[in-house]
Amino acid sequence: MLKAIVGAGASLPFMTGLAYAQSDGIDKAISDAIAPIVNPIVSTVFYSVPIFGTNFPLIVGWLVVAALVFTFYFGFIQFRGFKHSVELVRGDYFDPKDAGEVTPFQALATALSGTVGLGNIAGVGVAVYLGGPGATFWMILAGLLGMASKFTECVLGVRYRNEYEDGTVSGGPMYYLSKGLSEDGKATLGKFLAIFFSICCIGGALGGGNMFQANQSFAQISSIIPFFEGKGWLFGLIMAAVVGIVIIGGIKSIARVTEKVVPGMAIIYVGAALVIIIMNIGEVPAAVNAIITGAFAPTAVAGGAIGALIQGFKRAAFSNEAGIGSASIAHSAVVTKHPVTEGYVALLEPFIDTVIICTMTSLVIIITGSWVPDSGVTGIALTSKAFEADIAGFGYILAIAAVLFAFSTMISWSYYGLKAWTYMFGEGKTKELVFKSIFCVFVVIGASMSLGPVIDFSDAMIFAMAIANIIGLYMLMPKVKALLADYHERLASGELKKVK
Amino acid sequence: MTDTFIVGFDGSDAAQRAVDFAAARAKLANAKLHLVQVLEWSPYSFHTPEELAERHKRREQELDRAQGIVQPVTDKLNASGVEATCEARHGNTAEVLSAIAADKTAVQIIIGRAGASGFAGRLLGSLPITLAQASTVPVTIVP
Repeated sequence: MLKAIVGAGASLPFMTGLAYAQSDGIDKAISDAIAPIVNPIVSTVFYSVPIFGTNFPLIVGWLVVAALVFTFYFGFIQFRGFKHSVELVRGDYFDPKDAGEVTPFQALATALSGTVGLGNIAGVGVAVYLGGPGATFWMILAGLLGMASKFTECVLGVRYRNEYEDGTVSGGPMYYLSKGLSEDGKATLGKFLAIFFSICCIGGALGGGNMFQANQSFAQISSIIPFFEGKGWLFGLIMAAVVGIVIIGGIKSIARVTEKVVPGMAIIYVGAALVIIIMNIGEVPAAVNAIITGAFAPTAVAGGAIGALIQGFKRAAFSNEAGIGSASIAHSAVVTKHPVTEGYVALLEPFIDTVIICTMTSLVIIITGSWVPDSGVTGIALTSKAFEADIAGFGYILAIAAVLFAFSTMISWSYYGLKAWTYMFGEGKTKELVFKSIFCVFVVIGASMSLGPVIDFSDAMIFAMAIANIIGLYMLMPKVKALLADYHERLASGELKKVK
Repeated sequence: MTDTFIVGFDGSDAAQRAVDFAAARAKLANAKLHLVQVLEWSPYSFHTPEELAERHKRREQELDRAQGIVQPVTDKLNASGVEATCEARHGNTAEVLSAIAADKTAVQIIIGRAGASGFAGRLLGSLPITLAQASTVPVTIVP
């Protein structure tokens, strides 16, 4: 999730060292006008309590506690079921007769392209800068726990999706909140949570999933192509045109190219990180040691061990979206004989996103010795510096990766927002077109203006999605447990079996 | 038991030549034909979330369209006295043809060759070569 770099605005510390695209004139006037309205919402969602001198946003605790609860409730499913997850993604259980349908691999890849992004590159830079190497330990732990949240929400997404006569499907938290809770006679609460979720999802899609992406990728591009400097509107128009061609024009080929390039970029990124780690293999034991000792007794970190923990947890929660509910929308489309298979597939996302990719970034920063406390070098600049230390010119690759990641995240979020929109206003071509047009306009706004408060607001919206979603997950988790038992019964009886 | 010949079909002239060739052999050998139209598809390709949601619908449409191409040819064969059946399926063409041949214990696979033997053919790889290497039954390539 790209917005992870900026987080929740001036009231929070992790904005340090990051620049918005522009900050003068009209932008400032709009920002000043909007601030009094959005600031209370932002500070409510990101309400922080001081713990040992560091501000701890409660919403991060909310996500991590939920992940912990699901981990215990489902008996450490992310570890016990890991092998089964890999088998499912590999297609071991995919019936050849279903060839042509969405495979588990495709659902996973699509959901990942929505979450893997600048958060993995720049967000980790922020975490290590503020929390020291020890933040990595807590980030990995939170990533591992988050796998259980993803499992829970994606099982429910498939279980309560709507399948229409024309063969299309709609699913996600708004459907399981309303349908699932009404089964228990809590229809009103379910409806309320579903609407609450949808409103936040639309806000999050336009903000964190759109304006923020446009804004930060423009900041990257203008730093390497001087022509674009101060021409955010132009960059925004180009980006909006490309996004519009895909989501309104239905020209899937562009998206398809990106969807091929994005995993390629991710592989190049992880490959480069691996190369650096191998080049410095002698430093790895010391780095691992720094991560572990830093987790419990850090030096030069504000707030000590708690400070490292907060940074690590925050980054993991912001990066892999576990508990936010967004991935559940993408996973609902899969063809499966049982909803539980989708939970197993989805639990790999936080693993790939956080435990693998984020950890790689962090190791590179640590072993190259790029982390200098209080130096002001943070975020993508820190990551870039670390990679450049061993691979000259990697900054350009990072910039290209930033734009592509931003684009694929926008495409994913335009769909999440659209689903929330149609949930509230009903399905229909015209209604969809209205949302898609609004989405494109926001690309230009995001790239050309420095709307700090608006972006903060949208970030708050994304995390507010977790408020409604996790309340629902707690109430619906017994149903998931029943489905899980049923699934394993069918596996044991041989009704569901490997095809290869 | 009557022998079965699998015929790869995609509506092209080359495929039609393969069908004609197969029909002539089937008459002589008193064999039956099974026409297969494979819709090239990979389980590892990437889709946008919107495409995922529409995939099931699209798949049905693709199969209907393919069936619409292969069915009339099959009907014509039956009318001319050659027993024939057909199906449309997604997947990798060589793999699907081999799998169906194994499934139906067919004695051979017959395919047409489009004649792209130049640079493009080499770059993209060609079905006859892949099939010749992958198939567990004899393969006849009709030029």
